[in-house]
Amino acid sequence: MASDKLETVSAIRNSEMKYIDEFRDPQLARSLLASIQACSKQPARFMEFCGGHTHAIFRHGLRQMLPPTVELRSGPGCPVCVTANADLDRAIALAKLPGVIMTTFGDMLKVPGSHGSLQTAKAEGADVRIVYSALDALQIARDYPERAVIFLGVGFETTAPTVAASILEAEAGGLSNFYVLSLHKLTPPATRAILDAGEVRLAGIIGPGHVTTVIGSEAWEFLPRDYSVPCAVAGFEPLDILQAVAALVRMFEDGQPAVVNAYPRGVRPEGNRTALGIMHRVFEVSEAEWRGLGCVPASGLVLRPEYVRFDASLTFPVDPGPTREHKGCRCGDVLRGTVDPPDCPLFRHVCTPAHPVGPCMVSDEGACAAWYRYGGADV
Amino acid sequence: MCLAIPTLITSVEGTTGKAEIGGVERTISLALTPEAQVGDYVLMHTGFAIGVLDAEEAQETLRLLEELAEFYTDEMNDE
Amino acid sequence: MSEPTTKILLAHGSGGQLSHELVERLFLKHFDNPILARLDDAAVLQAGKWASLQVGDLPTCRLADFRLAFTTDSYVVSPIFFPGGDVGKLAVCGTINDLATSGAVPLYLSAGFIIEEGLELADLEQVVVSMATTAQAAGVQIVTGDTKVVDRGKADRLFINTAGIGVVPIGMELGGDQVRPGDAVILSGTIGDHGMTIMSQREGLRFDSPLVSDCAPLHGLVAAMLDALSPPPQSWGGAGGGGRAIHCLRDPTRGGLATTLNEVASKSGVGIEIEERIIPVRDAVRATCELLGFDPLYVANEGKLVAFVAPIAADVVLAAMRAHEYGQEAAIIGRVTAEHAGRVVLHTTLGTRRIVGMLVGEQLPRIC
Repeated sequence: MASDKLETVSAIRNSEMKYIDEFRDPQLARSLLASIQACSKQPARFMEFCGGHTHAIFRHGLRQMLPPTVELRSGPGCPVCVTANADLDRAIALAKLPGVIMTTFGDMLKVPGSHGSLQTAKAEGADVRIVYSALDALQIARDYPERAVIFLGVGFETTAPTVAASILEAEAGGLSNFYVLSLHKLTPPATRAILDAGEVRLAGIIGPGHVTTVIGSEAWEFLPRDYSVPCAVAGFEPLDILQAVAALVRMFEDGQPAVVNAYPRGVRPEGNRTALGIMHRVFEVSEAEWRGLGCVPASGLVLRPEYVRFDASLTFPVDPGPTREHKGCRCGDVLRGTVDPPDCPLFRHVCTPAHPVGPCMVSDEGACAAWYRYGGADV
Repeated sequence: MCLAIPTLITSVEGTTGKAEIGGVERTISLALTPEAQVGDYVLMHTGFAIGVLDAEEAQETLRLLEELAEFYTDEMNDE
Repeated sequence: MSEPTTKILLAHGSGGQLSHELVERLFLKHFDNPILARLDDAAVLQAGKWASLQVGDLPTCRLADFRLAFTTDSYVVSPIFFPGGDVGKLAVCGTINDLATSGAVPLYLSAGFIIEEGLELADLEQVVVSMATTAQAAGVQIVTGDTKVVDRGKADRLFINTAGIGVVPIGMELGGDQVRPGDAVILSGTIGDHGMTIMSQREGLRFDSPLVSDCAPLHGLVAAMLDALSPPPQSWGGAGGGGRAIHCLRDPTRGGLATTLNEVASKSGVGIEIEERIIPVRDAVRATCELLGFDPLYVANEGKLVAFVAPIAADVVLAAMRAHEYGQEAAIIGRVTAEHAGRVVLHTTLGTRRIVGMLVGEQLPRIC
């Protein structure tokens, strides 16, 4: 009954950050670690696909707690880091067009392209604004009807449906000055590409929790089926990550690869059908250029022909000039999981958060930034 | 891609609502979770609810973890 | 005679009649004090009066002995009005606090205004009134100032510079390099309030939140801390009297607590260990940080201080802070150590340890 739920609302309001604090309980963490220690006999390298996991692992000091037999290696799950220079250059060129307001998530602002970043473009006079949501960009379009408002669409399957929904809202509202530059990418194809490349031996994959909220845990079945690699889908609190590691260790030691949903409160086997429907209504799948992985088939999202009038890349043809890669930068290798950041010769000596050479050092989710900021393994 | 925070739905009006956490409120779009109701906890990502949290599953997860903790406490006590 | 204007015009900054009217009707009216009223090119300040200043148990200053503390800061915050304050209040408190953390008694401020053409006079007046109120409550006088007006678009509404002078008693030797292993690290209250309040006011990031800036003048709190140590308890056997038990005071503004702790660790060549569980953070600040992907340790504060105190005096200082209006949520958040010199280590609520580095650049809202 609605009134019952309202009562519940008032009662719940007094408790603190529900679904977050309970999953940071130190005692429960200690016992999870004990179970991992008890179970893990052979050396195992697991890849945490998602940059948010890299960040959470460092923030909660999880790396040093794990037994020496368990190694965590970062993957390409940082949508900022995997944006190719050519795409970023295009976004910057669009931002510099007269009359354009370029709206973007904060993550992208400082990432260096071939010649500077969106931030340097802003310093040179481009109107670049940070937004929390694509809906905020829509509002800016309504507030400035005489300007072209372009939204920089980065992010994986967690974010793409929100951008799709925003485009539908723009359409319903008859907005004629709102555009999206879609650099959205899909995660399972990238995971396949890493395993197909065969450069790094992985005993398991920590699956991205919120991507999987949308795509469903069944979407990862190809890992045990085609590659005999176990997958544990993890949430982002420390207990979630430790549970996923415990599940991976168990499956690895038993030689029984499968997909385990270690985030059942947030993930269902079928995912969020509504979100997927909206995403596929607005976007269609295409090949995409990933930093580090090169061109990966069927891994990107572009606007469908019906929505072409919202497509910034078609409406505003720009020539960003030749793409330039930074010499010595090993972001590509880091993203492919073949090395850890300290293995890059530029790490810390030349490439620092204050003077980043590549995107892995700029983004908070980037492996290099996480290693730099949190000091690597031992304290 | 990953930053989605559990927030409490305090009101619903069509496809939008208000979501609250720690006393902070924000308008949230329910376009991706039309089934969300007042009193539900949803994962908020860039101003959208991307999924409704399953309270029972959360309880079950914690219960299993507490059992594990008891097992290890017993183990440590036995030593 | 021209019609009364409601907006600032370029002419208000040119030194002519409109400038004079602005000074008389706005600044003189609100910053009301005899020194400013003279409108001389420089404020000439009485020094001798302060030669008999007594602070805590530190000896009476002789004219030849007292030292001046002198500081300046510019304030360019946007928006200029926010919950808990405005750019003017910030300009007064920020400079007072820089004096206070040097162990100085703040006395006089200057105020320079760079105004964007087109700013509403009513808005300027509101800021000026705020400065006057804050200064008066703090016992500080604004004795000299300047006004310039720039073309529309050349300044973001209003920029303010304040410089401040204070008197430092003899024996007061606070410094970033004075911190010693064993010192208690005492934080005066919740972190992240100011920065998250400002962040939540920005276009595209608006939340309905009970967030309020903590902007406040802290010299009274510092005085209470020093007074609590004079005379030092007999049981201390003569150790740690007055200002000597407090080794360093800092206000963690831009870059947040983490940056301040790193600066001190580096300057003193010591390590610092802090407990996440004990660091006070308001629910709303924590929530906004989680939503935007921020770490409260790096968020600016404008009404907080960190004290590095000899262990023997820690409890007394803490009690004095908690008894004061601006230190009610004070807590000993950690210790200084001889290990991992130059590094700050956090003991997480989970029971793990991690390094807390300096802030590089600014924190930006993230989705990932």
